[in-house]
Amino acid sequence: MKIVVCVKQIPDPASPYQLDPESYFVVRPNDQVLDDTDRYGVEVALQLSDELGEDASVTLLSMSPGGSQQGIRQALAMGADGAILIEDETLRGADALTTSQILAAAATRAEADLLIAGTESTDGYTGVVPQQVAEIMGVPALTFARKVEHVDGKLRIERQTQAGYDVVEGALPAVLSVTSGVVEPRYPTFKGIMQAKSKPVETLTAADLGVTAKVSQKIVSVEEVEGRQAGDIIEDDGEGYLRIIEKLEEVKVV
Amino acid sequence: MNFDLTSEQKLIVQTTREFVKKELLPHEAEVEKNDHVPDGLVESIKAKAIAAGIYAPNMPEEYGGGGLDSFTMALVERELGAAGYALNYIIARPSNILMACEGDQIERYLIPTITGERYDCLAMSEPDAGSDVRGMKCTAVRDGDEYVINGTKHFISHADMADYVILFAATGEEETARGPKKRITAFLVDMGTPGFELVPGYNAVSNKGYHNSILNFDDCRIPAGNVLGEEHKGFDVANEWLGATRLQVAAICLGRARRAIELATEWAASREQFGQKIGKFQGVSFKLADMQTQYDAAELLTFRAAWKDSEGTMTDSDAAMAKVFATEMCQFVTDEAIQIYGGMGLMDDLPLEMFWRDTRVDRIWDGTSEIQRHIISRAMLRPLGG
Ligand SMILES: Cc1cc2nc3c(=O)[nH]c(=O)nc-3n(C[C@H](O)[C@H](O)[C@H](O)COP(=O)(O)OP(=O)(O)OC[C@H]3O[C@@H](n4cnc5c(N)ncnc54)[C@H](O)[C@@H]3O)c2cc1C
Ligand SMILES: Cc1cc2nc3c(=O)[nH]c(=O)nc-3n(C[C@H](O)[C@H](O)[C@H](O)COP(=O)(O)OP(=O)(O)OC[C@H]3O[C@@H](n4cnc5c(N)ncnc54)[C@H](O)[C@@H]3O)c2cc1C
Repeated sequence: MKIVVCVKQIPDPASPYQLDPESYFVVRPNDQVLDDTDRYGVEVALQLSDELGEDASVTLLSMSPGGSQQGIRQALAMGADGAILIEDETLRGADALTTSQILAAAATRAEADLLIAGTESTDGYTGVVPQQVAEIMGVPALTFARKVEHVDGKLRIERQTQAGYDVVEGALPAVLSVTSGVVEPRYPTFKGIMQAKSKPVETLTAADLGVTAKVSQKIVSVEEVEGRQAGDIIEDDGEGYLRIIEKLEEVKVV
Repeated sequence: MNFDLTSEQKLIVQTTREFVKKELLPHEAEVEKNDHVPDGLVESIKAKAIAAGIYAPNMPEEYGGGGLDSFTMALVERELGAAGYALNYIIARPSNILMACEGDQIERYLIPTITGERYDCLAMSEPDAGSDVRGMKCTAVRDGDEYVINGTKHFISHADMADYVILFAATGEEETARGPKKRITAFLVDMGTPGFELVPGYNAVSNKGYHNSILNFDDCRIPAGNVLGEEHKGFDVANEWLGATRLQVAAICLGRARRAIELATEWAASREQFGQKIGKFQGVSFKLADMQTQYDAAELLTFRAAWKDSEGTMTDSDAAMAKVFATEMCQFVTDEAIQIYGGMGLMDDLPLEMFWRDTRVDRIWDGTSEIQRHIISRAMLRPLGG
């Protein structure tokens, strides 16, 4: 089984983001890190691959300016076999749909049996890419998985819902999006880190994939969000909890 | 001059930092309070460190270690230094001196220590022989195929966790131009060997949960095959392999100092007195500037020495300068951080007073600050006959 995992390289969330003053695009530094959300996808892929043994392989898929490839190496060091990097100046500022077209084309080219993604990235967080990719590829989308099993050549997941979970089954090939509760991602081992450099990273352009980037979106303005207001302080006179329940009812949480 | 890290080194730093943050630091307060790491916790952190491939990172890859060079090890130690010794030493860094193992010592001591089945400790110091290690009174006398050991070692770190001790003992005397000089030999001695008793040591103000022990030897017999390196050449093996321990102490100080600086900076930027942030007072902000400058200088000295060690060109002075400067920097930085916090800095609600206590021992163990200065100045004066 050929497993392809989407890994997004993003600017280190620990350092403040900078927006390009003209285009409002996030300035992408040379050293980008692996989006934390995608470590779960990588772990799911590695566990499936361990279970399937020899017949399985794990390839990473990323669309971004390559830079030092720090984020990709991080995922390679966890144990993936190789990576595909789509790096193309014409894709600068790609919107979600363009991104999905590219990822779908690359996954198809790589003959992926299973494409794994996060549910929502940390920097863009539109949360639409996995579903769009599935639609473009014409394969089932199993989304918001909090548990993944491979049974009889099919994928069975527990799909996280507001009330609990649904059990969903789908045939392969398929697209799977996983939540951060699904597994505990492994640490890259020091040995893995040393070996990551010698793993193959194939670099492609949009043209290689037969996709012409038609970026039809423009960010027209960016405004600062209002600072958070100070909260209400409820002094506990022994029955403070009643006032808290009242508050929660007011905002319709309970 | 290029100060950039390779992408591998950046990842190693990132992985270690995350491991420390997720697996070690959450237990810091509990270990500090109880002066003890819960048994189950030792096992679980150790298992995770082994699975993550960060156990025994300083040891060669061919024997199952991480295979990191001295410079990359300094980067790792700096990250581990954010946690105290009680927690960070669960991720073993077996003594480099074990690389002197030969023959079946490799299977019995070196490899199991790397894989985590066994744990080592190292004993030189004695009640009457600290800085002057050569003055040691513990003796090992050859008797047929065995050595008979008598004497006492004290202050021996993590001996309570160890399965064996790398022991230095006097094996005779030689005449030199400056009078008689003791010959020292290194041995591998298993815990539980008859005649070898382990006694809990002293309660130290530094590093709660990381204990020292007293080792008593009373006609303790060990096989002659347990000599590490050659007979009478104990200090040669020590000199060859133990320089890096001083770099370890220096790098750990960097990790601890960094946490203190972070906390102090946050506080200076948020605490208000006289209607403004205290960081606006030059008396406070200049402290921060000095702390950061001292830190950077210590980091440069430590990394230079470590890099030279990787290249095989580190001198005794390089290691001594890194050790004395980084440990004294950390004492200064943790002290100033407390000053910036005012009264709150002394309370155990914050880790600052712990950093301050923990780092006190760094100016003493692995050669006191005075001994490091002695080493540095001797190298300057000796060529002039001084
Ligand atoms: C601040 C900001 C605001 C934006 N607003 C919009 C907007 O309003 N509308 C719009 O169309 N676009 C917007 N974009 C652009 C959009 O984020 C990017 O096109 C991005 O590539 C699409 O992904 P996402 O991160 O939102 O994906 P999500 O759908 O949130 O990502 C889900 C998963 O898809 C995978 N994935 C996503 N992108 C990649 C990639 N490049 N490489 C590999 N895997 C990937 C990851 O596994 C990820 O976890 C915005 C970007 C930013 C930074
Ligand atoms: C918590 C702890 C853990 C330790 N762990 C270990 C361990 O695992 N294994 C081990 O072998 N040892 C260990 N040690 C011992 C440590 O290395 C010694 O404490 C250190 O070498 C100093 O020896 P001393 O304490 O006997 O002091 P002394 O040597 O008695 O020194 C007393 C003072 O005299 C000064 N002085 C001595 N000689 C000179 C000189 N020539 N010039 C100038 N000043 C001098 C010293 O700097 C110091 O200020 C540990 C110590 C401590 C406190």
